[in-house]
Amino acid sequence: MSFSISEEAKKRVEELKDYYPDKKSAVMPLLYIAQEENGHITDQAVEWISQEVGISPVHVKELISFYTMYTDKPRGKYHIQVCRTLSCAVLGAKTVVNDFSDKLGIKLNEVSEDGMWSIEEVECLGSCGTAPMCQINETYFENLNSEKISDIIIKINETKPDLSFSTIKDEMGKGLDGYSKSEICSNCKCKKEE
Amino acid sequence: MVILNQKFVQIVSVKKKSRNLMKILLKGIEFEDNHTLAGYESRGGYQRVKDAYKKDPLSLIEDVKSSGLRGRGGAGFPTGLKFSFIPRESEKPVYLIVNADESEPGTFKDRLILEQNPHLLIEGILCSAWALQATATFVYVRGEYAFPYAQFKKAVKECYEKGYLGKNIFGTEFSHDIIVHRGAGAYICGEEMALMESLEGRKGQPRLKPPFPAGAGLYGMPTNINNVETICNIPYIVEHGGEAYSKIGVENSAGTKLISASGHINNPGVYEVEMGYPLLDFINNECGGIRDGKKIKCVIPGGSSIPVLTGDELEGVNLDYDSLKNAGSSLGCAGFMVFDETTDMVEAMLSLTKFYAHESCGQCTPCREGGHWIEKITQRIADGDGRAEDPELIQSVCSQIGGHTICAFGDTMVLPYKSILTKFSSEFEARINKKDSSSILDSRA
Repeated sequence: MSFSISEEAKKRVEELKDYYPDKKSAVMPLLYIAQEENGHITDQAVEWISQEVGISPVHVKELISFYTMYTDKPRGKYHIQVCRTLSCAVLGAKTVVNDFSDKLGIKLNEVSEDGMWSIEEVECLGSCGTAPMCQINETYFENLNSEKISDIIIKINETKPDLSFSTIKDEMGKGLDGYSKSEICSNCKCKKEE
Repeated sequence: MVILNQKFVQIVSVKKKSRNLMKILLKGIEFEDNHTLAGYESRGGYQRVKDAYKKDPLSLIEDVKSSGLRGRGGAGFPTGLKFSFIPRESEKPVYLIVNADESEPGTFKDRLILEQNPHLLIEGILCSAWALQATATFVYVRGEYAFPYAQFKKAVKECYEKGYLGKNIFGTEFSHDIIVHRGAGAYICGEEMALMESLEGRKGQPRLKPPFPAGAGLYGMPTNINNVETICNIPYIVEHGGEAYSKIGVENSAGTKLISASGHINNPGVYEVEMGYPLLDFINNECGGIRDGKKIKCVIPGGSSIPVLTGDELEGVNLDYDSLKNAGSSLGCAGFMVFDETTDMVEAMLSLTKFYAHESCGQCTPCREGGHWIEKITQRIADGDGRAEDPELIQSVCSQIGGHTICAFGDTMVLPYKSILTKFSSEFEARINKKDSSSILDSRA
């Protein structure tokens, strides 16, 4: 079985190969594209990337295991990554994981039967000031509490929003109605002063 | 050396002036349109690049040297000196790398810049590139920062459309490109040599130095690599001169610092303070004090990879390089985490050991294996299965990691471990003796 990608993706791949001084550098965005097209990176995709950028398949494959954002196994359509590192840990990361898994009926590192949800714990996501938090696909959900988690699950189930970053379009999805794409300034005074 | 510094700090504290919040790097972020080129320019944006391009590039490097600016990524290396390492007569293209792989636990300041002040970073890049006569800048944004990446990418696009990037910028002979690269979730790629490996399409495993980046960096070309925040300081230096910049802050720590404040405080967030701001005042006046009126158990002032300071060690300590060093810790990248008296230090340590065990690139045996050993030992202490000799065992593993690896990851990983074990030894002993696995971090325990 050969690897096939959309015309839009093909165009983007050509752009990316010329973007860097050396086309080998395009391997990381190409891995994102393969994952975007198929949900996870297959062996066929590895072959294809290998030929596009001129890196041997084994060296493409080792990138998938080295970088945590690539996966060669299917994930849920909405993949929840809960930050578990220090600031989030002391402010209730475990509770967030438990809330999500109770409400969704899935355990850590599991995919729900309908393929809709999966959940894992990850290391620091750079959102310590708005802890505890998680990332669903590429969208941050910050200052989490139990009610917010319920609301997020209900809204995602109802509206099936685009929470991903598209490497092909080079832009963020629309996000979830009623939620800001970043709450980084929500708890401090920096914007209110002066 | 340390003793000398201590004397010095005492002298400084005698003629202490009051330090304030300042806005050099966060200037303009209160405006909703600050992330757009039109908004940024309406408040004087990009004028400083135009001024810089009338100056001799070498004189700009001299200004950066005299400013006393030090790298904000954690190591605090003098930026002007680093700029001056780039060979001037090289036939090869010179590259600038901006390290936006902000992954240090406790740190989220670069995210704020990328999201809300991206044009300041571009202006800083254009000024720095002129000084270095660099042909291209590579901005490496951590993979999880998808929204900050998108915001920055938009800003770069606007600049290309307006001719602020590309060929013959502002009618000069100077051309410059910005290439924005997205990482994919690897803490180690914040290490400069690992970042270059990653940009070249490989696993982010640090290279052995020498050669240093200034001689043979990205794609083997002379390369200067700096943190986002460092580069954002350059436009101010262009505008006001190195002398003026050096007067902000305290001796050896010029300028302002973005502090990412988090943990058990009322107002976590990113604050820009003048270097030398008293640490306790910062917690009480800016961060709104400790939540629920509790006491401070400890503070990690510079991101997770540095020694912790207990609540008793904070009196008289200021937020600058020397003061924190003399207190036995470090300013690092100012990932300022505050923990109250309810914090379980065994669990805090466990959280860190999981992080470092997971993030080791796997290249050097002491770090790859040792990190996991320490995690396992800490886990069994946390589970109530600890042995009396375990704290000492961890210390011994630490001493075999630090100094025995290619990059600084191994050295920095053991700093928090050692200090937590030493300063909170009674908590570890209690957990080992009680065989108690109750954890405040696990709501189900």
